[in-house]
Amino acid sequence: MPAVSKGDGMRGLAVFISDIRNCKSKEAEIKRINKELANIRSKFKGDKALDGYSKKKYVCKLLFIFLLGHDIDFGHMEAVNLLSSNKYTEKQIGYLFISVLVNSNSELIRLINNGIKNDLASRNPTFMNLALHCIANVGSREMAEAFAGDIPKILVAGDTMDSVKQSAALCLLRLYRTSPDLVPMGEWTSRVVHLLNDQHLGVVTAATSLITTLAQKNPEEFKTSVSLAVSRLSRIVTSASTDLQDYTYYFVPAPWLSVKLLRLLQCYPPPEDAAVRGRLTECLETILNKAQEPPKSKKVQHSNAKNAVLFEAISLIIHHDSEPNLLVRACNQLGQFLQHRETNLRYLALESMCTLASSEFSHEAVKTHIETVIGALKTERDVSVRQRAVDLLYAMCDRSNAQQIVAEMLNYLETADYSIREEIVLKVAILAEKYAVDYTWYVDTILNLIRIAGDYVSEEVWYRVIQIVINREDVQGYAAKTVFEALQAPACHENLVKVGGYILGEFGNLIAGDRRSSPLIQFNLLHSKFHLCSVPTRALLLSTYIKFVNLFPEIKTTIQDVLRSDSQLRNADVELQQRAVEYLRLSCIASTDILATVLEEMPPFPERESSILAKLKKKKGPGMVSEIEETKKERNVEMNGSTEPATNASTVSTPSPSTDLLGIESTAVFNSVPLNSTGGSLLVDVFSENSAPVATLASAAEENFSSSSDLTSPDNNIDDPATAVHVSHDDDDDVDELSDTFVCKNNGVLFENQLLQIGLKSEFRQNLGRMYVFYGNKTSTQFLSFSSNVICQDGLKSQLNIQTKPVDPTVEGGAQVQQILNIECVSDFTEAPVLNIQFRYGGTLQNVSVKLPVTLNKFFQPTEMTSQDFFQRWKQLSNPQQEVQKIFKAKHPMDTEVTKAKIIGFGVALLDGVDPNPSNFVGAGVIHTKTIQVGCLLRLEPNTQAQMYRLTLRTSRDTVSQRLCGLLSEQF
Amino acid sequence: MQFMLLFSRQGKLRLQKWYVPLSDKEKKKITRELVQTVLARKPKMCSFLEWRDLKIVYKRYASLYFCCAIEDQDNELITLEIIHRYVELLDKYFGSVCELDIIFNFEKAYFILDEFLLGGEAQETSKKNVLKAIEQADLLQEVRMTCCEQWGEI
Repeated sequence: MPAVSKGDGMRGLAVFISDIRNCKSKEAEIKRINKELANIRSKFKGDKALDGYSKKKYVCKLLFIFLLGHDIDFGHMEAVNLLSSNKYTEKQIGYLFISVLVNSNSELIRLINNGIKNDLASRNPTFMNLALHCIANVGSREMAEAFAGDIPKILVAGDTMDSVKQSAALCLLRLYRTSPDLVPMGEWTSRVVHLLNDQHLGVVTAATSLITTLAQKNPEEFKTSVSLAVSRLSRIVTSASTDLQDYTYYFVPAPWLSVKLLRLLQCYPPPEDAAVRGRLTECLETILNKAQEPPKSKKVQHSNAKNAVLFEAISLIIHHDSEPNLLVRACNQLGQFLQHRETNLRYLALESMCTLASSEFSHEAVKTHIETVIGALKTERDVSVRQRAVDLLYAMCDRSNAQQIVAEMLNYLETADYSIREEIVLKVAILAEKYAVDYTWYVDTILNLIRIAGDYVSEEVWYRVIQIVINREDVQGYAAKTVFEALQAPACHENLVKVGGYILGEFGNLIAGDRRSSPLIQFNLLHSKFHLCSVPTRALLLSTYIKFVNLFPEIKTTIQDVLRSDSQLRNADVELQQRAVEYLRLSCIASTDILATVLEEMPPFPERESSILAKLKKKKGPGMVSEIEETKKERNVEMNGSTEPATNASTVSTPSPSTDLLGIESTAVFNSVPLNSTGGSLLVDVFSENSAPVATLASAAEENFSSSSDLTSPDNNIDDPATAVHVSHDDDDDVDELSDTFVCKNNGVLFENQLLQIGLKSEFRQNLGRMYVFYGNKTSTQFLSFSSNVICQDGLKSQLNIQTKPVDPTVEGGAQVQQILNIECVSDFTEAPVLNIQFRYGGTLQNVSVKLPVTLNKFFQPTEMTSQDFFQRWKQLSNPQQEVQKIFKAKHPMDTEVTKAKIIGFGVALLDGVDPNPSNFVGAGVIHTKTIQVGCLLRLEPNTQAQMYRLTLRTSRDTVSQRLCGLLSEQF
Repeated sequence: MQFMLLFSRQGKLRLQKWYVPLSDKEKKKITRELVQTVLARKPKMCSFLEWRDLKIVYKRYASLYFCCAIEDQDNELITLEIIHRYVELLDKYFGSVCELDIIFNFEKAYFILDEFLLGGEAQETSKKNVLKAIEQADLLQEVRMTCCEQWGEI
């Protein structure tokens, strides 16, 4: 069927395309295009009315020019005209132009919608399909407004042609994706579900996609689709390869439909009905069995289609995570693929196994493939496959194989592609920390990391090694010795100098007894690197030197000589100069006692989530990583030598419990002296550019503690590691943090500035809630174009449904308007929705965004239970993922009554007489979401002496435990 | 599926289909980046890669690359076969399709794609049914063409 004989050759178009192809240069092409554009413009503007054919041809040329990458700013009207042509081919080109070149011109949209409306009503299936395709391609909100009501009717009407049904289903799907609020569920939904039974497999294929998307957001309404999907699937997988005629693809019966059905089933937990469940298990077994059969064709299409279904089946098995037998079989199957000659299959097997590794049933089975995966790391030629292998090694790592995996990753790092080095560094650092039985191994691993890939070792990684060394007394001597040895290398990475400088400054005394590492040798070694380092590292080394003055009085004069040299005291860099001046002064005038106090060893850091983990999560996005992390968190706590509140209390006496990350807060180093003068929570780092506390100190020594610390220049803060890292924790750029005050109460003022006050009243019941938002105009002038809407970002969209009615666009001066939000919790969530308000005040547009205090705990129902029940359930929830514990410092006075009120306000029942220790608090409740209910137990142990709390949460879902713990721990 | 791109070994875009709303600027940026990434890959490499938060599935047929972007939970292998089925459809319609057919009949390539995929999902996977729909439309055109033959002018 040669193309030229098809339909209407537009010769003019063909000639034009040939011309363009013959252009020798870009300039010639542009010239030719401009000539054509001028021609078309004059034709469109000309007096002579163009016939349909010409219009079509010119519109087609414009389309071609656009697809070449040029902008097109006219022709839209002519394209719209073509819609009303009764010639199919003209109509078709008109629709194509509109689909490709949507214009937001509202006037035009109205005309386009008019054309579509006519075609939809034409009852001519070919025209109807064109119109539906156009809606699906454009999918704009205006179209959703115009057609979202009609399309469901077309979809379920008895007399609609099959092909129109198919288009209608996917058209509706597109509209639902762009404007879910405009597609109301209704009586049609149950009829759509029954399309799964349709005789026409094309209709079933299209409908399954629609149902899957709808079911993700409205699982309850589409629940009946489960049994229909299972029986449809069962019929397909058991059919002979010829039964489905043209829907069989290279001997695989309906692979696309099978994949879609399996995907639909992943919206739901395993079927409750035993018969359905049994049938599904049979299907899955059949699919796994078929993988073992000899192929019916040598073509790659056959194996791809077959394996596409297999991988989707494995995804479903992993999703259900309930049939150990199937999980292990899936794992074995993937194990076979790991050695397959097709790169694609190896890639997918590695990827799929990552998720299997997090299931308790298959974790061990996955581990048996470790050698193959390590082999992949060494032999795969494609970096994307090696990347998958790294991911899988990371996922399958536990205490039993950590040493091997870390060693292999380090090994690989030597030759790894630059694009994935940083990620491997983070992963190695995390695994080494998590599974360190012996901290000398941990220290060695990190130093190796710096040696092999120093440039990719981010601040988080070396901060963390310092935190751990400081917190673990048993490793300090070893760390000092090891960094000392590593620094002997003639060329070492600057990061090593940083770590070395810091550790020797703290613990150099532990190795000073050895003649080979006497104080002077240590100092000379570090100072030999000094001149090769950047300013921040030099600043850090200067701090090490002043610490040496305290540790090793015998080399004080040597150090003073260095500080006194012109290259320091008159250094062009203000920061270095300042440190040199102040440290020199400090070393001269302070008594030994003062020096000892000021330069005391760092106290242990408060325990917190590894900052490296946060960085990796950010890098990879949420999902995989966090999932694996959750399961591992538990083990982490125990090994990290988590400091008990009691021991913490003595050392963290400085009032800055909220330090972020590095928290190498100078407040702690310069214990007590400068702190009181600067007050509150200083968040500066002694080794950063910001030398504020040092400055205060030096001047304080001279001026008798007059705290005139003008040196705290805010500019210095820019590169402060503590600040920089803080940003990585905080994903919301413009919106203020979620207010903690609403976690335990429902009413109050959410926001207030000079113009506007926003008040809240809310009530929650089970998984539903209603929030009354009051907007008060505090001025005497009208607010115009007032609008407010609620935005659920990304993942939250599927977890939380919030419906609002628009408010009146005008708010009179001094008046208050009310908006009602209806809230439905679909599944557990972490993020908070954002309330976005816009209005005009005195000609300028005002924009306010605040986080709405809709938090997971609002959907609590308190549960009373006896002590016996409580402990029985507590024990049942003993999986490591299910428990989250946090130890934190009290931010408010520790008042028993207030604490009780807060726990009740949080939503749980406060259980008296459960905990043997009467000063502890115990609570229980159930989180209601549309999809699941999650039972929650909590225990709060105050330690008044240490002014600390320990909070433990156990729930059946790790994400819920995490979130609730995060929310509640901010309350005390 | 979020979008599908067809481009030549020289990096010339031959067809673009977007199933998510994006600005022209963003589309151009994505296209540029992706064409570069895919063309840089060696022949025997895996057909899948991670790109931003999407998965890219691509395959080369003669001088043309077919490249689809799918979401995290989407199935890579079945997407690969979506590409193949589309190639089969083009091949059957044009008769041994080559890049030139798609250049000169780009509108047909779009029409066939619309019959096969809609909103980024497979609408009709039967080759017969898709071609039947396209041929019916062509028939509609031919009937009218006989009475208004027009050749010539540009």
